[in-house]
Amino acid sequence: MNRVEVEKKVLSENDRIAADLRRRFKEHGVLCLNLISSPGAGKTSLLERTLEGFPSAERVALLTGDIQTDNDATRLARAGFPVKQITTGGACHLDARMIERALEGWRLEDLDLLLIENVGNLVCPSSYDLGEEAKIVVLSVAEGEDKPLKYPSIFFKSVLLVLNKVDLLPYVPFDIARAREYARRVHPGMEIVEVSCTTGQGLDDWRAWLEKRRAASRIKVTA
Amino acid sequence: MHELSIADSVLEAVRAEAGRHPGAVPVKIGLRIGELAGVDPDALTFGFQALTAGTPWNGLAIEIENTPRRHRCPTCATEFRVVEYRSGCPACGAARTECIGGDELELAYVELEEP
Repeated sequence: MNRVEVEKKVLSENDRIAADLRRRFKEHGVLCLNLISSPGAGKTSLLERTLEGFPSAERVALLTGDIQTDNDATRLARAGFPVKQITTGGACHLDARMIERALEGWRLEDLDLLLIENVGNLVCPSSYDLGEEAKIVVLSVAEGEDKPLKYPSIFFKSVLLVLNKVDLLPYVPFDIARAREYARRVHPGMEIVEVSCTTGQGLDDWRAWLEKRRAASRIKVTA
Repeated sequence: MHELSIADSVLEAVRAEAGRHPGAVPVKIGLRIGELAGVDPDALTFGFQALTAGTPWNGLAIEIENTPRRHRCPTCATEFRVVEYRSGCPACGAARTECIGGDELELAYVELEEP
C-alpha cells in the first residue's frame, strides 16, 4: 500500500478560475457582488429596485442564475441594462466557470458594476467562489429568524445581510431583533440593512451601502 | 445537494494523482472538511458511492476529518476553537477575531494499491 499525501483543495480548479476573474475585475475596475438567498427571499426584486434607481448611463450588468427558465432575466432586462441568464440545468449553485462563459462577449472595460444573482439556495453557493469582491445574503422576514444559526457558513462569508420584506413584519412572527442578533453571533460586526422592495422602505440604506462600496472599490483601483 | 459535484471534483483530483502511479488503484482517500465548508459528509459519501458503483473504484474507502472553526485574536495572538459561535477572545476579551480555520475542503491523501 502506498499512501500519497496530496494536500490539495478540492475546488482548486474553481478557485483558479475565480482568482483569474477577480484579477480581471480588478484590472478593469469592476465591482462584482454575489447575491445569495433561499428561493423567494427577493433577490430579483432587490435588483429590480436597484436598477430603477440608476441613471440610464450607469455601467452596470447582471448575471442571474436559475435551474430552469429565463424569467428572472426577462424581469431584469426591463430596466435596459445588459442581463444574461445562466440556466444551470439542475445544479444548485453557480460556479466560476459558468461566470467565465457568461462574460464572453461582454467588454469588462465598459462596466463598473457586475451584480450576480445566485441560484436560490443558502448552502451550496457558499462553497463556490465566483471571483466576486463580496457576497451579500438576503433573508426575508417571511422565513425563520434563526436562518443565520441554521446556515452559518453563508452568513459568515457574506459582508452584508439584507433583511427584506419588512413591510410584512406586522403579519408574521419574525423577530427582527433576534435575527440581527443571530447574524452577528455567527458573524460579529456584520453589516445589516432592512428593506422592503414593495414599499421602498430602507432602499436608501441599501443604495448608500452600495455607493460606499463602489467608492471604496474605485479608490482601490486608482491606488 | 452540491455534494455530488464536489464528489466528482474529488474523484478528478484522485484520478490526477493515480495517473502519476501507472497501474495503481486508489483504495482509500482522506478528506478534510471544515464545519464552515457547508458540505454534508453523509451526502458526500453517498455521492462517492453513486459515482464509483460499477467502476474499478467501487468500494473506495473515504476517511473524513471534520475540522473545527478556529479563530485568532489580532490583539493578543491567542488561537482558539470557536464553540457555539462564541468568537470573542477567551484570553483578552477582544470582540473581533479573525477566522483561521474551519473552511477547509481538501483532499489530504490517497492510498494506492500498486500493481
